[in-house]
Amino acid sequence: MKDFSNRYIFIFSVVMVVSVAVLLSLTALLLQPRQEKNVEVEKKINILSSINVISTKIDAVTLYDKYIRESFVINTDGQHIEGVDAFTVSLRAEQKKPLEQQYLPVFTAVMDNGDTLHILPLEGKGLWGPIWGYVALKPDMNTIAGATFDHKGETPGLGAEINTTEFENQFLEKSIYEGGRFVSVAVVKGGADRSDRHEVDGISGGTITSKGLEAMLREGLVKYEKYFADNRK
Amino acid sequence: MENVEKEPLLSAKNIKLMSNPLGQENPITVQVLGICSALAVTVKMKPAIVMAISVMVVLAVSNVVISAMRKSVPGRIRIIVQLVVIATMVIIVDQVLKAFAFEVSKQLSVFVGLIITNCIIMGRLEAFALANKPWPAFLDGLGNAGGYGLILIIVSFLRELFGSGTLLGFPVMEKLGVYKTGYEDNGMMILPPMALIVVGLIIWFQRSRNKSLIETR
Repeated sequence: MKDFSNRYIFIFSVVMVVSVAVLLSLTALLLQPRQEKNVEVEKKINILSSINVISTKIDAVTLYDKYIRESFVINTDGQHIEGVDAFTVSLRAEQKKPLEQQYLPVFTAVMDNGDTLHILPLEGKGLWGPIWGYVALKPDMNTIAGATFDHKGETPGLGAEINTTEFENQFLEKSIYEGGRFVSVAVVKGGADRSDRHEVDGISGGTITSKGLEAMLREGLVKYEKYFADNRK
Repeated sequence: MENVEKEPLLSAKNIKLMSNPLGQENPITVQVLGICSALAVTVKMKPAIVMAISVMVVLAVSNVVISAMRKSVPGRIRIIVQLVVIATMVIIVDQVLKAFAFEVSKQLSVFVGLIITNCIIMGRLEAFALANKPWPAFLDGLGNAGGYGLILIIVSFLRELFGSGTLLGFPVMEKLGVYKTGYEDNGMMILPPMALIVVGLIIWFQRSRNKSLIETR
């Protein structure tokens, strides 16, 4: 390799860095609309899957409009807050605020059998990064009608298993209240008692993610206690 | 014009560039490079396959780019130039996956970004692309990424089959009815150490078949 002057090296670096920057900005700009659309559609698929409506990329938007009747934001006192779009509320940002100022999004869905389900978004911490999910409650505000979870960077095959149907289906018919007291649902290591209405099996090799999910459920749902009390049927 | 005989595109020498890394110069089992991601993404086959394809794209294109500018890259900053080229390719691959294969890109999560740190790529740029023409460099990239991907796919095949009882998500073990005989999935297979053991077994198997790979002391 020949020897190059410092001047050449300097110019070479500048040209290289600028052309790479232009190339990457262009890629990001061109792909951004598609990526944002993916994120939005995925959120709709997630919300729908929490009420056990299976949707694909293609029909998610139509099905969302069909089932989801209302979306609004409340505070911990159960009062509605006007002028905030529940769909775009970032829970991660909300959790940094003092409890009484947090926006708590609620989505309500009317199912084919006429039941109204209340869908509550949750966000917590897994092992490597954020985990989140949606839990749908029946009108008694106690029984779980469906749950869906997802994660940013949990290990495939281990913590990442929280977004499998097998794991999520364990939550069906579990209840979050015991004799009028909020107890949430525990994620148990080493086999949960199937008949227990407050526990589900954890994931082998994914204990920290399982525990994070348990904490997410408990801390996320307890904020809605007032709303549950006001709307229980 | 000079009458130079042109080397055919797929001459024996060039084919060797592609086939050697699949077997006796395999980056994982012989050169023991890129082990870290091989452990991480081999629990299921689908992420492993996408990872293999991503590495193939990154390595082949980076090899061509570096090879094309090999005469103008100043030696003193060549490592940085290589890193910039690799990083650019990885970011583009990551963005494309996010736009067109959103599901898989979520499964691979950080590992796509970590292709940058995959020793195979830096190794090939430094050892091959800087000294060879673009076409051989392209083949060398495909071959080495192919050798890496091959091992990834073998390991993930075994881990998914015995760890989860599925292949590409299809419940093979259940369909075969082996659970009825009292068989259970081996939870150990989905834990990271098992990837190392499976890679070890492949290395053992390969060396027992090809004695020339055994290091003499």
